[in-house]
Amino acid sequence: MATTYEIATKQAAPKQDAPVPVIAVENLYKSFAGHKVLNGVTLRVHQGETLAVLGRSGTGKSVLLRLIIGLEKPDSGSICIHGQNILGLALDRMGEIRKKMGFLFQQSALYDSLTVRENVAFPFEHHRRDMSRSERSDRVRQLLSEVGMEGDLEKMPSDISGGMQKRVGLARALALEPEILLLDEPTAGLDPISSGEIDELILKLQRERRMASIVVTHDLHSAKTIAGHLALLNEGDVVIEGTFEDLQQSDIGFVKEFLQQS
Amino acid sequence: MSNRGFPAVAVLNPPLPARHADGISGVTSSVPGLFSGFFEWFGSLGIFSWQVLRAAVTPPYEWRELIRQLDEVGSKSLPLVAMAGAAIGVIISLEARYSLTRFGAKSMFPATLVYSVIQIMGPVITGLVVSGRVGAGMGAELASMKVTEQIDAIEASAINPYRLLAATRILACILMLPLLTLATDACALLTGWFAQTLVEPLSFHQFIASGFSGATFNAFLPQTFKTAVYGLIIGLIACFQGMRTRGGAAGVGRAATNSVVLASLFLILADVVLVKFILVFFP
Repeated sequence: MATTYEIATKQAAPKQDAPVPVIAVENLYKSFAGHKVLNGVTLRVHQGETLAVLGRSGTGKSVLLRLIIGLEKPDSGSICIHGQNILGLALDRMGEIRKKMGFLFQQSALYDSLTVRENVAFPFEHHRRDMSRSERSDRVRQLLSEVGMEGDLEKMPSDISGGMQKRVGLARALALEPEILLLDEPTAGLDPISSGEIDELILKLQRERRMASIVVTHDLHSAKTIAGHLALLNEGDVVIEGTFEDLQQSDIGFVKEFLQQS
Repeated sequence: MSNRGFPAVAVLNPPLPARHADGISGVTSSVPGLFSGFFEWFGSLGIFSWQVLRAAVTPPYEWRELIRQLDEVGSKSLPLVAMAGAAIGVIISLEARYSLTRFGAKSMFPATLVYSVIQIMGPVITGLVVSGRVGAGMGAELASMKVTEQIDAIEASAINPYRLLAATRILACILMLPLLTLATDACALLTGWFAQTLVEPLSFHQFIASGFSGATFNAFLPQTFKTAVYGLIIGLIACFQGMRTRGGAAGVGRAATNSVVLASLFLILADVVLVKFILVFFP
């Protein structure tokens, strides 16, 4: 398959001349209270690629993203960002890696005591202290303009809709110009029109910024719109990976059932 | 695999099941469960304290958040501790006058009031009032941030939540408790004198001169500044309970309740040790 991105099984050997992937997850295991959530997941994402991770609720899709950004600790396996294993890193060193990542949470996770403007300015205030107030203000306006929220600067998160919160969350995730974008259910709980708008926005950002992205979703329509490749998780492992057409042509029972129900 | 990584994760996201996650009261009814829950809680508190201490002494320092918390803990608690102090002053005045009159020691009234307020009641009342207001507020605020993934969002933004959220709040409590205690003491002495004056006129100057005659700094300063330890207890317990909450709205409620109950309990227990310490080192 002519692709620069790979999802491999545990046995597959890496290509000798392949470029270093931006995200490389190898044999990742994670369990909670004896319940296995991830059971040896392996995947790689290169620069400019978008991978959609699909699966039923509770199959560990969100846990995978939380492991990649270091909010959870795996039982075993490795997670490499630009070739560096992040699992042994101290908090401050991990912070440097996290600055290269943008994360959109499922419920947006906007700071509810801050306005929309302050939410987006938050990363600048802590990591770009050299920026002047006017520079910061211009950058915040530019980011909010990119996601179509420039008219709601002084609103509180509780005063805007779920779709608007996702947009603000996306603007905040993009603030430090990340090389990696992790999106956890970006269209969950939104109406079809808002979902379509979020999908278009993500596509536009991908074209302009060429980040390595992982999108976790159970929305098949959204996944095939925004991602070149899809990986289907079941019982903590990757059942199939490939394009949407590859999934359609699969004979695997679970894949057929998932596509029929979606 | 190395266990060195993500030191924050173990405390902020304790492994499931969260049987003992929300405080000592959360342990199971079995005796082994009670013991393991007890030691697990203190162990987690120790790790949390170490993380906060390490974050607090390393730059960058969160000055803006610290000032915001000083205002939140100090200015906004002032009316409450002032009212509590005023009430305590009147109560001690009424009780002391009655008792002293019975034993023919009415002239000792100013000194009795001054010593009772500054050495005993002022610090404890301030600690308990702040524990109720600030402990519950901090516990609930941080717990709410935790269950809505706001603390995760802070961490994902490469910002140390121990530094931004915990260290600033704990430091604000440590700095503000002694100042609030002074305010409580002042209000209590004022209303105590006023209550006495209504029954038996006594000039304020005479009251103060008599009350503080022969007093040394050792008699008052350690008692006032011991409340910095109360501040440490209130801030630490509230941040710890809030930042490791699980379980939605119920978890937020439990965190707020446990913050107040545990902070008040530890504050009174700490007072036993502190009083003995002060008696030994500041006779």
